[in-house]
Amino acid sequence: MNGLHFYRRERNQHPPSYTPGYKSAVLRAPFRPLVSPEQSDLEMTGPVFGHSDVSPIDADLIRNAMVTGEAIGERIIVHGRVLDENGRPVPNALIEIWQANAGGRYLHTNDSYMAALDPNFSGCGRCMADAEGYYKFRTIKPGPYPWPNNGSDWRPSHIHLSIFGEAFAQRLITQLYFEGDPLIPMCPIVNTIPDPEVIERLVARLDFKNQMPFDCLAYRFDIVLRGRRQTYFENHPEGL
Amino acid sequence: MTHRLIDPRITDTRLKETPSQTAGPYVHIGTAPQAIGRQTLYRQPGPVAAEGPGTVVVEGTVYDGAGAPVRDCMIEFWGADAEGRVGRHGLFGRTTADFATGGFRFQTVKPGVHREGSAPHIAILIFARGINLHLHTRLYFPEDEGAIANDPDLKRMSPTDRAALTGVAVPAAEHKTYRFDIHLQGAKETPFFDV
Repeated sequence: MNGLHFYRRERNQHPPSYTPGYKSAVLRAPFRPLVSPEQSDLEMTGPVFGHSDVSPIDADLIRNAMVTGEAIGERIIVHGRVLDENGRPVPNALIEIWQANAGGRYLHTNDSYMAALDPNFSGCGRCMADAEGYYKFRTIKPGPYPWPNNGSDWRPSHIHLSIFGEAFAQRLITQLYFEGDPLIPMCPIVNTIPDPEVIERLVARLDFKNQMPFDCLAYRFDIVLRGRRQTYFENHPEGL
Repeated sequence: MTHRLIDPRITDTRLKETPSQTAGPYVHIGTAPQAIGRQTLYRQPGPVAAEGPGTVVVEGTVYDGAGAPVRDCMIEFWGADAEGRVGRHGLFGRTTADFATGGFRFQTVKPGVHREGSAPHIAILIFARGINLHLHTRLYFPEDEGAIANDPDLKRMSPTDRAALTGVAVPAAEHKTYRFDIHLQGAKETPFFDV
């Protein structure tokens, strides 16, 4: 590792903490200003995961919880690249995902939605990006579902992603949405982000040419994590 | 040799960080399957980052602005090893609030000093439904009173805030145990960091 600090997190690229349109935030939002200490090696490093910690089947949600057969639903690939703010790939980033099944039901103790569970689908997966930051999952497209917020609100189809880069400062959990979903602009959770252009960066794009022929459609979703401040010596990036 | 620092205000060609979204109420499925009665994936981190003599236990509750326990949160902890080494030597784990009581518990080592002049501490992230971008706080240790008084980050904070970031030693049979409650909002709001 090198000693270069990370750029400060640009808070206007994230939802604010107090977002009354999303009611769960009302009592869970801190109001005091954040404390900004100098970054130390604790934040500039992070837990190290290896490819041997992850099995290839973990990235295939169509088959990773099979009991009697493959998961039911619209078969898709979700793939992309993990970069930092400097445009540099983040090698070996660990990505964990979770999602509802094709009917919009989660396999979770606290989900009581009437849609059926799929005995062959757990909605849990993970993979590790390669040396160039590329990652790939195979799954089914999750269904939308209702939730109590302003009466019956509906979540657009979405996949939750948890990402570890090379530093604890880069830690991120987010959700991806699917291009063309009319529920996106109606969702109170999406709309915790005030800027529509920022929301666009959470929308996975149909990537028709990267389909698996006669098997899966593909969606592309690139992820950007925080980057380190750069110093250039004679135009050669130093410390990269 | 020319040496110039690129000023980001002039050359703003940086990509923008992917925006955060709440981890939601079903965060356990992907990050802590054991909390919902399922097996973790191979080597998926859990609440025990270290075992054996000398390990410490941290227990507490996250409270919302109405004083109710946040029963669906997921907490990550990251600290140096006992010698103060980070990176590959650091200790990482995850725990979740108990659905019934709201309490969380994790086990790790008491970190050493990872930066000269800093008091030993563990970085703690909180993810939950209603938290749009994870919250970052720190746990310091009551026996490090002297180091806490001289810590460059803590020096600037009020005694109340320093106390809020310091665990309370509680009697326990097996492991040295600290109580660390986190208040998301209100008069006792915990200090959160932008690191």
